Amino acid sequence: MAHMQKIKPGINREAWLVRHLFDEAKLKALPTRNGYGDGLVEAGKLNKNIIVLCADLTESTRSLAFKEVYPDRFVQLGVSEQSMASIAAGMSLAEKIPFISSYAAFSPGRNWEQIRTTIALQNSNVKIAGAHAGVSVGPDGATHQMIEDIAIMRVMPNMRVLIGCDAVEAKKATLAAASLAGPCYLRFAREKSPVFTTLKTPFKVGRAETYRFGNDLTIIATGPILYEALLAAQMLSQEHGIECRVINMHTIKPFDTKIVVKAAKETGAVVTVEEAQVAGGLGGAVAETLALNNPVPMECVGIQDRFGESGNPTEVQEGLGLTAPFIALAADRVLQRKQGRGVPPIPAHVTAAKELLEMMQQKVMKEALSRTPKKWGGKKSNNSLKSRT
Amino acid sequence: MPNLTMGPKVRKPLHLHDDTLKELENKASSIREDLIDMLVEAGSGHSAGPLGMADIFTALYFHVLVHDPARPQWKDRDRLILSNGHICPIRYVAMAHAGYFPKEELMTLRKLGSRLQGHPEREKLPGVETTSGPLGSGSSQAVGLAYAALLDRSPWRVYCAMSDGELDAGQTWEALLFAGRNHLYNCTFIIDRNNIQIDGTTEEIMPLEPLVQKFEAFNLNVVRCAGNSIRDFVNAVERAHGVREKPTVIIADTIPGYGIDYMEYDFSWHGKPPNPGKESETAIRELRTLAGRIVSEHE
Repeated sequence: MAHMQKIKPGINREAWLVRHLFDEAKLKALPTRNGYGDGLVEAGKLNKNIIVLCADLTESTRSLAFKEVYPDRFVQLGVSEQSMASIAAGMSLAEKIPFISSYAAFSPGRNWEQIRTTIALQNSNVKIAGAHAGVSVGPDGATHQMIEDIAIMRVMPNMRVLIGCDAVEAKKATLAAASLAGPCYLRFAREKSPVFTTLKTPFKVGRAETYRFGNDLTIIATGPILYEALLAAQMLSQEHGIECRVINMHTIKPFDTKIVVKAAKETGAVVTVEEAQVAGGLGGAVAETLALNNPVPMECVGIQDRFGESGNPTEVQEGLGLTAPFIALAADRVLQRKQGRGVPPIPAHVTAAKELLEMMQQKVMKEALSRTPKKWGGKKSNNSLKSRT
Repeated sequence: MPNLTMGPKVRKPLHLHDDTLKELENKASSIREDLIDMLVEAGSGHSAGPLGMADIFTALYFHVLVHDPARPQWKDRDRLILSNGHICPIRYVAMAHAGYFPKEELMTLRKLGSRLQGHPEREKLPGVETTSGPLGSGSSQAVGLAYAALLDRSPWRVYCAMSDGELDAGQTWEALLFAGRNHLYNCTFIIDRNNIQIDGTTEEIMPLEPLVQKFEAFNLNVVRCAGNSIRDFVNAVERAHGVREKPTVIIADTIPGYGIDYMEYDFSWHGKPPNPGKESETAIRELRTLAGRIVSEHE
């Protein structure tokens, strides 16, 4: 192609990612919600109008860090997410800059209408922090695994949607939200994930960043799962000589249309990666953009119209096809399509995940039930229960 | 919890003298007339609630509120939050009479390009404090404002006008819990207790009584008043100002459709205006004297 990038494939040095990017032993792991807590404390220091509201989840949303430093500007709401959204809107009308904190399943899950009317439509300077988003909440199960939040927030006029890919970027996103006027949704995850960006890594709301150069296809990812995309790209390069461009779409709204269209033109194939419903999520946003501007073959890695389920976070992520090997399968499929070859109607990354999930479910159930004690109808001694040993 | 003191006082005593009362009653009467004219012009909108609340909105805008129509963003103004946004026509008329915008704009209610949206929008019309319509969120915004005011030791007060029907919404009670817990005495809730909602009477649809006890159980000071008596309502506000430990709920017993015989007490008038012609003519005629009930107009 005429405007093909001449840059050598590989990690973008100007992204200033950590040097030991693929060295698991050296990579630090922190949950992105920590970035929220740290960001709040720093934002609170810079601006005394910042107020943090929390609906009975002070520790786990990491609002606690702010509460400890600025107890006078911390407001406890109890389990009242709907009221919290509107109370914050009210406070913003008196020049305060409220951050409302809860789990994404409840805020913006439960209080979506209050956010729509009293925050978005009213254009209130309120920041909504949704913690424990995605399926990596693990054992808590589907009720607490919020995967529709991107879809329901990105359709709202006036709203911004920011998702940090690690704790460092999550902190930057929190600080950026504090200094931008108007509504903003911040999405955070519960589980620890690799910290692979640095203080020097560029971050600007509304401008996606290229973390890896490549011209065979483009992987666009958002949130901590971006690390899996980088792993997949590394694997595809080393084992198959396929060079992926990898883009960090930390801002879902306002959406960086330019970088997506450019990538589609230059690489001719796109894979989106997210820990959220593909419908209406990043996948939806990219599909809309491509269809309207420059259609190319596209594949989506993410939750495919189903709810999550209990399990340990790694199992759930793998079983739902949210790890590097599945991203590689999606990349392979999109390349086949780019080259005009036929592909099966249901993508391999979807069927493979389904098979793996069933296999893991059976294995885990079998192991658990194999230790059933006599009192519950099993063969093992009651003393074999974990509580007895 | 915010510090329980407010900033310097700027308000005058509320006590109503007879001549002021007379002026207010006449004002309410002319506001009602404009309300019906405006609704008939718009061809849609709510009648019963706005008519029932005309006296209270008159008392608020022309006697109770510390405000300046020329400076709708004045930072020390009292905040009047309208939670049940659908009765905004009465707020619009009261605002026009107070000088927030020219009366000619009353012609534009609910029309394309109007600042007078079918449900009020803060972003469109200066002086409208919050965007409302979906019920239950005004009380939360009010307590948020009141909390921020106490935090900053601001002198202004918050009044939240709300309907009885919206007490069905859980969010209201979340807000009241918060108000009680934080002793937001600078916040006064005014319940339009007209006993109707869209589908019927409140006690049929979802009984609210005993309402006084409910509010008291939420650590609120409760004052009950006749909502169509300006004097009684102003007295209730005075009593609310006298309490420094708790927020106050004024349960204003109002008559829906007040002033128009065929509308009074009839829930079917919740969400529609009179038709042009006989309906509106009768309405205007009856409103002129409130069918003989307004004393001030006879003197």
